[in-house]
Amino acid sequence: MRKILLIGATSAIAQETAKIWAVKGDEMFLVARNAENLSAVAGDLRVRGASKVVTMTAELLDFELHQQIVTSAIAALSGLDLVLLAHGTLGTQKLGEADYAIAEREYRTNFLSFVSLLTPIANYFEKERRGTIVVISSVAGDRGRQSNYIYGSAKGALSLFLQGLRNRLFLCGVAVITVKPGFVDTPMTAHIKKGPLFVDPGVVARGIERAIQRRQDVVYLPWFWRFLMLVIRCMPETIFKRMKL
Amino acid sequence: MNQYSASYECWGRFPKASHIIHRMRWITDTIPVDTGQKILPYGLGRSYGDSCLNDGAVLLITTALNRFIALDNTSGILRCEAGVTLAEILSVVVARGWFLPVTPGTKFVTVGGAVANDVHGKNHHGDGTFGRYVKNFALLRSDGIRYLCSPTQNQDLFQATIGGLGLTGLILWVEFQLIPIHNPFLDAETVQCKNLSQFFELSQESEEKYQYTVAWIDCLARGRSLGRGIFIRGNHAHHLEKRPPPPSDSQIIIPVEAPSFLLNRFSIRAFNFLYYHKQRSPRVSQIVHLDPFFYPLDAIGKWNRLYGRRGFFQYQCVVPYEGQSSPIRRILETISQSGMGSFLAVLKVFGDKPSPGILSFPKKGITLALDFPNQGRDTLELLERLDQIVRANNGAVYPAKDARMSAASFQTYFPRWQEFAKYVDPHFSSSFWRRVIAPHA
Ligand SMILES: Cc1cc2nc3c(=O)[nH]c(=O)nc-3n(C[C@H](O)[C@H](O)[C@H](O)COP(=O)(O)OP(=O)(O)OC[C@H]3O[C@@H](n4cnc5c(N)ncnc54)[C@H](O)[C@@H]3O)c2cc1C
Ligand SMILES: NC(=O)c1ccc[n+]([C@@H]2O[C@H](COP(=O)([O-])OP(=O)(O)OC[C@H]3O[C@@H](n4cnc5c(N)ncnc54)[C@H](OP(=O)(O)O)[C@@H]3O)[C@@H](O)[C@H]2O)c1
Repeated sequence: MRKILLIGATSAIAQETAKIWAVKGDEMFLVARNAENLSAVAGDLRVRGASKVVTMTAELLDFELHQQIVTSAIAALSGLDLVLLAHGTLGTQKLGEADYAIAEREYRTNFLSFVSLLTPIANYFEKERRGTIVVISSVAGDRGRQSNYIYGSAKGALSLFLQGLRNRLFLCGVAVITVKPGFVDTPMTAHIKKGPLFVDPGVVARGIERAIQRRQDVVYLPWFWRFLMLVIRCMPETIFKRMKL
Repeated sequence: MNQYSASYECWGRFPKASHIIHRMRWITDTIPVDTGQKILPYGLGRSYGDSCLNDGAVLLITTALNRFIALDNTSGILRCEAGVTLAEILSVVVARGWFLPVTPGTKFVTVGGAVANDVHGKNHHGDGTFGRYVKNFALLRSDGIRYLCSPTQNQDLFQATIGGLGLTGLILWVEFQLIPIHNPFLDAETVQCKNLSQFFELSQESEEKYQYTVAWIDCLARGRSLGRGIFIRGNHAHHLEKRPPPPSDSQIIIPVEAPSFLLNRFSIRAFNFLYYHKQRSPRVSQIVHLDPFFYPLDAIGKWNRLYGRRGFFQYQCVVPYEGQSSPIRRILETISQSGMGSFLAVLKVFGDKPSPGILSFPKKGITLALDFPNQGRDTLELLERLDQIVRANNGAVYPAKDARMSAASFQTYFPRWQEFAKYVDPHFSSSFWRRVIAPHA
């Protein structure tokens, strides 16, 4: 029975992951900004077998709340074993190109809020000398593309940040897991035409739980994205810059 | 939205349709009424024909509405969102000593679909339809209002929506009664059944003592063997000394469409023969897990692809019982003479428990269900001949299984259809509905 802090609990990927945990009887502290949806998720997890579910409503762009989220979770569950950060937005690239204020908001949501939340979380686990931190980044962070480089560069920065954090926390026995999903059929991608590469969020959820069990460092989900992204990263910039990706 | 997709099919894979897909995510979401297109909810598409299709218009996909809301462990009352599947319910409730009050022959259906077709199972003779166990539900209509419906509140919408084929609005969540069980096993008996007369005898003899009964019959058998098959009956097991191991979870999935010669007359005959002769002694009693007992077909995922690209029809009718002289005899004769039936023929007695829905299909009598590979005109003509017998005998055909009944047949089978039509949401429709309410000569 693990004590888990789940941030962005109403995300489709997060919900599917939490269902796996509920069946195992884990205790969870859920954070999301929509109170009504959050309580639907909490109710579901209780019926499925979670031994304890506590919720907190928070707009994550309100950075002042971050310390309080972590403190409240530790108090409510009397400690923490595992944290999953799953919030995010796939903004409209064109809007961000036209208006920096919009781009900045994307960076705050998809990068800076993670740095801010991970600061007290990392310090807590470092002191405890154990624990697991799981963060959902994206394959979009592996290379900048004209169609979504604002989101992509936020995720890329996040992946690099996690690399450093993993390096720092390794010696005190804390695992840092970077999850890089490909295309997932969730509300975030509702407006995108579904091709054969799309998977259900349950597939990603099972991959996340597997990565936790195996204490992996970086996981691509599904696995084939590791090779796809390898190819994409290897393309010379002189060619890549001419492509419409 | 506004992209047509052909990826949502019906189970018989006929007819084909393309849709604008809209996925519901939360029960707080609104429904897209502003497109000017008609809307139809879609669960897992386990309906065989066009009652779950809405060609050229909007499908509201409900499978992400898959959250449990509450389970009362002392009363066995479960409330969950409408896209929760029966499989998921079983995975949560069986270990806590509960089972579904009524279950169809597959667990891969949603609760919303179970209500909208007022489904029946092997216990219909004693327990009636799924709708009888529904305490209440929330119905979202295109006026944006969420109607709480129960036998006492919005009673008319309650009765129209149970068996209402998704036409009265979107069911958001359902609260219904589970039944207690001691363990996940059944005390089952399979009995060889030589012909239709024996089927009637076995049905009568089993009615009181067995909660579940069903027969699988070989519909190519003729003459004195007409109605030959295996009669299966069972009860939930009481305390067991020794539990048999549960079946493995592994599923064979049919990965591609089979070429249709695989299902020609000879292979069907061979299958029927094997099915009957697999059982050597006339009676076998055993303790079986609920999965193989209730869901034998679920062990093969996507078995509908075995019928190839042209798809298939299922025909399920109910006709009055009338003992040995039942019109079911003429129906079986017509099928066996045609030689077009398949290995999937199920025969069962329906009891007299009233179904709550205005348009519910089950009523007292005997029901037959079987598949027909789609061979074009020949198949359609045979099914129309069957319809003539059913119509003449005050029977009905199950909309959940239908892709071809005429408007005239539908309106004869469901004499209350006009009363029902008053509750159809002005923004909702289906391919089936447009077909069966068409004016006819
Ligand atoms: C192998 C097999 C065995 C079967 N055995 C039986 C059986 O023994 N007894 C029996 O009765 N049936 C049986 N069926 C039929 C099946 O139970 C029904 O067709 C069932 O309704 C399918 O549920 P679904 O979730 O797939 O719904 P779909 O097929 O997707 O939709 C069915 C109908 O429900 C409506 N609907 C779905 N969700 C909602 C919602 N949230 N709100 C309002 N309307 C909604 C749809 O509009 C449609 O009209 C069987 C089917 C198969 C494939
Ligand atoms: N879907 C994909 O293809 C894909 C691919 C790679 C990576 N990812 C990543 O996977 C993670 C989960 O996304 P998903 O696919 O599950 O999509 P999702 O269901 O849309 O989840 C995103 C969640 O983030 C929440 N959120 C966004 N901004 C927030 C804020 N300021 N404060 C609080 N909550 C906020 C949203 O809350 P509301 O519901 O209240 O808006 C929503 O619950 C994200 O980090 C995403 O970037 C997704």
